[in-house]
Amino acid sequence: MGNENRIINGLLKLHIAFCLLFIFAPIAGSFVFSLNSDRFPSLPLGEFSTEWYRLIWEDSLVWQGFANTLVVGVTVAIIATLLGFGGAYTDFRYNFIGKSFYLALALLPPTIPVVILGLAMLAFLSRVNLSGSTISVIIAHGVMCSPFAMAIIRLRLSQMDPDLEAASWNMGGNQWQTLCFVIIPFAKPAIFAALFITMAVSFDEFAVAWFVSGLNETLPVKILGFLQGQVSPRINAIGSLAFLSSMTLIILAQLLLRSPEETKS
Amino acid sequence: MKVNAEMEQQSDPIVKFGNVVKRFGDFTAVEKASFEIGRGEFLAIMGSSGCGKTTTLRMLAGLEDPSEGTIYLDGEKVNGKATWDRDTPMVWQSLALFPFLTVQENVEFALKMRGVGKEERRQRAEKWLEKMQITEFAGRNINQLSGGQKQRVALARALVTEPKILLLDEPLSALDAHLKVRMQSVLSNLQKDLGITFVYVTHSMSEAFSMADRVVIMSRGKIEQIGTPEEIYHEPYNRFVAEFLGSANIFDGKILGPADTGGWQIAYDGGETVLPQNELPDAHPGQTVTFIVSAENMRLSLPGSDQSGIEASVVGEEFIGGTAMVFLETTTGQELKVQKSHDELSLLNLHAGSRVVVHWAPESCHVLIGENV
Repeated sequence: MGNENRIINGLLKLHIAFCLLFIFAPIAGSFVFSLNSDRFPSLPLGEFSTEWYRLIWEDSLVWQGFANTLVVGVTVAIIATLLGFGGAYTDFRYNFIGKSFYLALALLPPTIPVVILGLAMLAFLSRVNLSGSTISVIIAHGVMCSPFAMAIIRLRLSQMDPDLEAASWNMGGNQWQTLCFVIIPFAKPAIFAALFITMAVSFDEFAVAWFVSGLNETLPVKILGFLQGQVSPRINAIGSLAFLSSMTLIILAQLLLRSPEETKS
Repeated sequence: MKVNAEMEQQSDPIVKFGNVVKRFGDFTAVEKASFEIGRGEFLAIMGSSGCGKTTTLRMLAGLEDPSEGTIYLDGEKVNGKATWDRDTPMVWQSLALFPFLTVQENVEFALKMRGVGKEERRQRAEKWLEKMQITEFAGRNINQLSGGQKQRVALARALVTEPKILLLDEPLSALDAHLKVRMQSVLSNLQKDLGITFVYVTHSMSEAFSMADRVVIMSRGKIEQIGTPEEIYHEPYNRFVAEFLGSANIFDGKILGPADTGGWQIAYDGGETVLPQNELPDAHPGQTVTFIVSAENMRLSLPGSDQSGIEASVVGEEFIGGTAMVFLETTTGQELKVQKSHDELSLLNLHAGSRVVVHWAPESCHVLIGENV
């Protein structure tokens, strides 16, 4: 390309390199120290060790937190994707007065500061006697994650030829059949992507879970507890595993959201 | 003409529109449409975009409900009947094939929706794949097909339920000229073979006139004329139809009185002419008339010959296959079109600015009835 400016290109590449460095260096650091035998994260490194992984493997508190996280994550992913699909399909299918208001409300939760959302959730859930249990985390995370699912599925539906639905009705498919045999198959990649993304969001979410979880803490809340008690390289080990599982989910979602032509072949 | 006579005799039409009105808010898309479609007829609904032709088709399919009036389909009043309870498959302008299904699955779709068993579904779909000559693509994905192949899949998918009527919404508009003509003959032959009714919506006169038994011309939600292609071409009902077809010269005139040679003597802007008696059965002197002379019935002479007619100057020419359309302007500013063979034109040796005399035989005039009612 003749019209590219070398200096601007170089600066942009440097910019990206710094962005990636600031994001990944701490994570890489924590990963390295999780495999280091020393008690404190300092250089030079000590010996290679899987000691910290063994310790968390044997820690029932970690397992409890992980189990809670998993139960919450999977349930939230299913609920949020169902709600998100409903919201997105409503937007695709119907025109009604106040639709923009409806959309704004539906997509609102991620814009509210998490501390405020967490406090509000706690106040509300304790009033209806649902606070301090796994259910409360599921409800709170469901509220936070549904907009993500809705946004992903809405984007996919917007790529659909509106005639497809009418064509299905025209060929004898009633509204339920059309939903099952046309809309859902068309949106399938986005539905799976929404499942993975919402699961990842729920896995990583800390603030709201801290407010509402009570004794049924999820892993991020547990980690805070560890940090407050003692600094241990076990945190690095848990962090590395949490990072790996989140990245796996996000990458799966990204693969599913590639352009339809690519996924077809 | 013959086809039309047969249609009129038919006492049991498959479709009957009675004063059908469709409004979208303040906008009236279709206004008091009344017509019948015969069994086994190929009917084209033609008009420019926004004329209500697609809305008419969608009401027949059950995708829109009429605001007023009644629609009868196969003897049954279908107002309010859902599209999935009718058997009125449609071939869409966008084709609307399901991209996540194979060709075979697309064709089987309507049968699956109707609860037909797997084995029967496969057999019936295969029959139609074969009929449309696309058996070899059965396992392919839709986006691996060419435009013409997709077209055939769309037809097979619509016809698999063996309906009595097939609706087509500008299905050929996305194809190139060559493929379009080929698909036109595919459609014509298919309709004759199956003997079912085709309702074909298009903005293209060549598609409508080459395939249809009868053509409905619509404009701004109103039906302007219904008739065979020949009727509409030679005897347009009103100025709109004449202008829409685009190959007729329109004149406004006034009846002076009976002509010496029989018929009526007419004065129009630019000269006088004679209109045959049979074109104006109930006329009286002083009445205004609008008549047309089609471009191929116009004659040209060089000035100085003793032929009387309108004087005009040549504006330009346009080639139409073996003939050319000469565009002329009269001294009063009226634009005229004359279609002639290249041989005939080369004898006249015309160029832009040439002066000519335009004339015609009285019997080639046609009076627009719709103009006076």
